[in-house]
Amino acid sequence: MTTPALLDIRDLTVEFATRRGTVQAVRSVDLAVAKGQTVGIVGESGSGKSVTSYAVMRILDRAGRIADGSVHFSGIDLRAARERQMRDLRGREISMIFQNPRAALNPIRTVGRQIEDVLREHAQAGSGDARRKAIEALEQVRIARAAERYDAYPFELSGGMCQRIVIALALACRPQLLIADEPTTGLDVTTQKAVMDLVRDLTRERGMATILITHDLGLAAAYCDAVTVMEKGRVVETASAEAIFQRPAHPYTRTLMRATPRPGIGLRDLLPEGSAAPMPPSPDPREILLTVRGLSKVYPAKGGGRLFGRRRDPAGEFRAVDDLSFSVLRGESVGLVGESGCGKSTTSSMVMRLLDASAGSIVFKKVELADVPARDFARHPLRPKIQMVFQDPTDSLNPRWTAARAIADPILRFRTVSGAAAIRSRCEELARQVGLPLDLLDRFPHQLSGGQKARVGIARAIAPGPDLVILDEPTAALDVSVQAVVLNLLADLKRELGMSYLFVSHDLHVVRLLCDRVIVMKGGRIVEEGTAADVLERPEAAYTRELIAAIPHPPARSAA
Amino acid sequence: MSLAVQPAAAPAPRPPVEASGLRATLSHARHVVGDNPVTGFAFGLLLLLVACAILGPWIAPYDPLASDTSAALAPPSLAHPFGTDQLGRDILSRVIVAARLDLAIAVFSVILVFAAGGLAGVAAGFYGGWTDRIVGRVADTIMAFPLFVLAMGIVAALGNTVTNIVIATAIINFPLYARLARAEAAVRRNAGFVQAARLTGNTDARILLTSILPNIMPLMAVQMSLTMGYAILNAAGLSFIGLGVRPPTPEWGIMVAEGASFIVSGEWWIALFPGLALMLAVFCFNLIGDGLRDIVDPQRRT
Repeated sequence: MTTPALLDIRDLTVEFATRRGTVQAVRSVDLAVAKGQTVGIVGESGSGKSVTSYAVMRILDRAGRIADGSVHFSGIDLRAARERQMRDLRGREISMIFQNPRAALNPIRTVGRQIEDVLREHAQAGSGDARRKAIEALEQVRIARAAERYDAYPFELSGGMCQRIVIALALACRPQLLIADEPTTGLDVTTQKAVMDLVRDLTRERGMATILITHDLGLAAAYCDAVTVMEKGRVVETASAEAIFQRPAHPYTRTLMRATPRPGIGLRDLLPEGSAAPMPPSPDPREILLTVRGLSKVYPAKGGGRLFGRRRDPAGEFRAVDDLSFSVLRGESVGLVGESGCGKSTTSSMVMRLLDASAGSIVFKKVELADVPARDFARHPLRPKIQMVFQDPTDSLNPRWTAARAIADPILRFRTVSGAAAIRSRCEELARQVGLPLDLLDRFPHQLSGGQKARVGIARAIAPGPDLVILDEPTAALDVSVQAVVLNLLADLKRELGMSYLFVSHDLHVVRLLCDRVIVMKGGRIVEEGTAADVLERPEAAYTRELIAAIPHPPARSAA
Repeated sequence: MSLAVQPAAAPAPRPPVEASGLRATLSHARHVVGDNPVTGFAFGLLLLLVACAILGPWIAPYDPLASDTSAALAPPSLAHPFGTDQLGRDILSRVIVAARLDLAIAVFSVILVFAAGGLAGVAAGFYGGWTDRIVGRVADTIMAFPLFVLAMGIVAALGNTVTNIVIATAIINFPLYARLARAEAAVRRNAGFVQAARLTGNTDARILLTSILPNIMPLMAVQMSLTMGYAILNAAGLSFIGLGVRPPTPEWGIMVAEGASFIVSGEWWIALFPGLALMLAVFCFNLIGDGLRDIVDPQRRT
């Protein structure tokens, strides 16, 4: 760090004016990024990692302001710079990639035009060569058939493709500094690898500096030279990626490290040391709870959509799930793994009886369920026995119901207990089971944290005493430390209540921690099935190997 | 039976969740009003209007129907702060007493259109398909006419009564409610909490009433308040052109109509004060619409 840093943040403090007075979102943060360097900012939600980058770009919203400290970018004082100067810097010198690529693109303009707009805005191209330069930019982000894709609208492209377009936009004017704010959240693990490899390669080619903001320590360690860990607005540790993984100095970094699912550890290893009882061994499952045979879901052909890249058979219909067969034993947890569009969510919706199957049978507790139309299943006697924990804890709670009301809903509908006092005490019992403090029961969802909302969702799912719970990426929206706690809670509840889980996820590490068996799906079919250890350690199908290889591996681990 | 009564009589085991929710809402309402004095002013104005509507006949200084030819067309004075009309009736008393009729027409028509339009729209958005098509076409048909002319036609066809003014006002507002409710319900149809409600054994009707409708209420409340102002204007407008309420019943629209012919001869107070009352009422409901949105929106509640 003897060369002068390209970006030099000293003692940065950002304040937000709220109804309850000023809140310091970022406190005395120091950060230096040199040319050609990739720096990771890692932290959980609310750690101030995004706010730091917004302060650099000077795009804080009205309530926020830089209260103290200095931000210098190649010698320019960004704090004192005029708005005009900032406009020139943004996009041309400093670019940013946001989390949701679709939201960052204008939906009614072709992607080529959007790249042209940026080029012209910063006088990088005239009307004569704009199209050619835009196509070049698309080629640089490895988009095949760039001239053809120039005329595509964002909705015609997949998520990974959209993120490449956003990167092309960000890099169109050859900026010196790229800020990537959770660039791969919401993307599949193989797409994540492709996007991150692309960012790394482009950074090297052009000698740019990159700031990677992420909650995933593994991702940061795999792609960054240096990692800064933030907690509650403060920097707790800054070190090289290898050093962070081999000798994490700060206790928070160690907690974060422990909570990150990785090969060769158990579920209890995710929690801080000595905080949980050892996991008792799983009981031997024998009785078959659920059998699915020849399950298919076929959507009739509709015009357009050929760029979605989904497989369609000659008749033009789309087979989301194609002749799927598997079974779940009582007390067992089965993982259903695959990338988005592989049909795992369609499968879970059909088993859940929210969606009618096109063909096949679903036998649950020796009762054939595929014959019961999904719309009539709400009053079926087996309805309480199949429940679900949803992916997004915020979306799955009625915003106008308190936690207690949400948990009480299945109790009221299935009439397991009656009387206001009895229902309340049952709610409190469930809250204790899922570790939700009782005084939070009267709060509304927006007054709860993500982890607390996840607990409410779990309490609601176990309230009717189900035999099978479908977990639809229940921790995808949670911070890693919260994920660790929630996964352990789910494992404990399963044992305590003797339930079976069907765990739908794209994260193989998480699946391995919770599941006895794993089913890998691709294109609506099963490509591999076996015990969790077998599938992860000795994968047979090429696709499974590809999935496992795409999970970010910290460089330190291979060196160690 | 006696057993069932006892627990209720005993000290409440634990107040239901609504109690704390209500308290939270009240404290939030205080905050919003404190944050935005205009909302506080609008609520003050609303209180005044409601007081006039309820207590009108008792607080009015004169009988609104009693004519006194000796004091006809008297300009505002201490005895008659708003002056008197061509028959010597006290305008202040008539303005106060008229509040009840004008507000009642507005309130009932808004309740009617909320029930009909809101439910039809929510069902259309939730079920889609045929329900959606029918509700959509009904709304389109109503919107194909100039709304005030349609209201005139309805009152003329159904008969010149207050009930029919209420019905006509409700019908012309139907598309606003149906479309708003439809759009909002369609967004929430596949929300996680609706799926979750299905899993917990809720029927479609119950999901509509407990999961979807309450979440649309903030927007509907704003819409209702805005329509209240419009309904008052509409009722007064109908009376102004001679449909609906008939003289000598005190009603702001008729009073403006009666006073209009005297403006040219210099007796401005006959039309001005009922017109002012009309304007304040509409103004008040529009301001409350904005204030309500802040109060009922759970996102702003922390």
